[in-house]
Amino acid sequence: MTVIIDYGVGNLFSLKSSLAYIGAESIVSGDADVIRKAQRIILPGVGAFEDASKKLASSGLDKVIKQEAENGKYIMGICLGMQMLFEKSYEFGEHEGLGLIPGSIVPLKGAVPDELKIPQIGWNALNITGGKDDLYKYTDNNTHVYFVHSFYAKTDEKYVTATTEYGIQVTASAKCGRVMGTQYHPEKSGKYGLEILKAFTELK
Amino acid sequence: MITKRIIPCLDVKNGRVVKGVNFMNLSDVSDPVSLAKYYSDCGADELVFYDITASAEGRGLFTDVLTRAAENVFIPLTVGGAINDVSDFDRVLKCGADKVSVNSGAVRNPSLMYEAAKKYGSQCVVLSMDVKRVDGKYAVFVKGGREMTQLEAVQWAKQGQELGAGELVINSMDTDGVRGGFDTELLQKICDAVSIPVIASGGAGCMQDFVDLFNKCPTVDAGLAASIFHFGDVRINELKKMLKENDINVRIQ
Repeated sequence: MTVIIDYGVGNLFSLKSSLAYIGAESIVSGDADVIRKAQRIILPGVGAFEDASKKLASSGLDKVIKQEAENGKYIMGICLGMQMLFEKSYEFGEHEGLGLIPGSIVPLKGAVPDELKIPQIGWNALNITGGKDDLYKYTDNNTHVYFVHSFYAKTDEKYVTATTEYGIQVTASAKCGRVMGTQYHPEKSGKYGLEILKAFTELK
Repeated sequence: MITKRIIPCLDVKNGRVVKGVNFMNLSDVSDPVSLAKYYSDCGADELVFYDITASAEGRGLFTDVLTRAAENVFIPLTVGGAINDVSDFDRVLKCGADKVSVNSGAVRNPSLMYEAAKKYGSQCVVLSMDVKRVDGKYAVFVKGGREMTQLEAVQWAKQGQELGAGELVINSMDTDGVRGGFDTELLQKICDAVSIPVIASGGAGCMQDFVDLFNKCPTVDAGLAASIFHFGDVRINELKKMLKENDINVRIQ
């Protein structure tokens, strides 16, 4: 059973549908007990970092996620959910994240060449740097996935499992132990995105 | 590097796709969900569902269609038509839309873009505009192109970006339906004025028109069309292959 954490941020319909489509058992919940009982956790999220992390903290689920990470549970953040796994974000100020993956969230603006559009919206190719275990079990290098973001994770390359080229090599996914995240949306990345979700739901 | 996107648009009325469809291997050619799945399998990068129903009953059918599509198709879905306030955003986002496009509703009330962007993020707000040359100016039209406004397209595009739109769909009424190619002159003017992604619409008649679009306007991000895809005049997998042969970066499945 995989739990998709509902903390009032974003639309969980597609994520829930995509897991149903691949036949993975899942539940959408904001209940601490349900989250504790699940084998795997997905932390979704769209919108602004500050707003999302405040919502997560006010529900008390930030502590639950940290505990579960300590207990060795598999955790996957998606898009903003991935960004929240890091230590800090510099999106409109400076905000603290869950600190489960070392590194910080910084703007694409200034980091990528000026002529590139921000947000990065669209399909870009994965350069898988961290091996084929866990998320990329079924995924070939250069697979295209769907990105929508204005900020990205800056971290030591040992935590980066895939990059994508947008003027610079942008972190597409990262991992620290059993905590991992994708900047892109696997639930919106067609059949190859579903394979990435499938790989996660098979982790045990 | 990020790829150029190809986006089919499905006009949905009373739960069915309008503008005739002529496909092989599809049992129900006007079923929006079958068609959406077919396009996704062919390599469409995104889909637009445009609600052209007028009745409340039709609106319910539309959200049913959207829900079923979102349960079966896992690429970004944009919804447009009859979006007049933030509650309309809410209604379609709950059914699985990823982005919502505003047109007449944003002209009537520009702060709709700001309110929606604040609530759902800019990535969710698409400003769509119908543009026609009138007395040497690019005039913005509303109500499906029936009514001219005082807005000038380049200014309106800039204002949309400032108010929080995350993407623009530029539909040229001068080239729409003519099948003589996209309006690259207008598109380039818009691209030069904004920094958000621009989706070209109106005028595609054959595969070469997409090659010309991306060659003449390298900063255009996507090409949108309806009937040429629905009639099978252009197959998306073949179009992508041709774009690639012309050194245009596209996603090939």
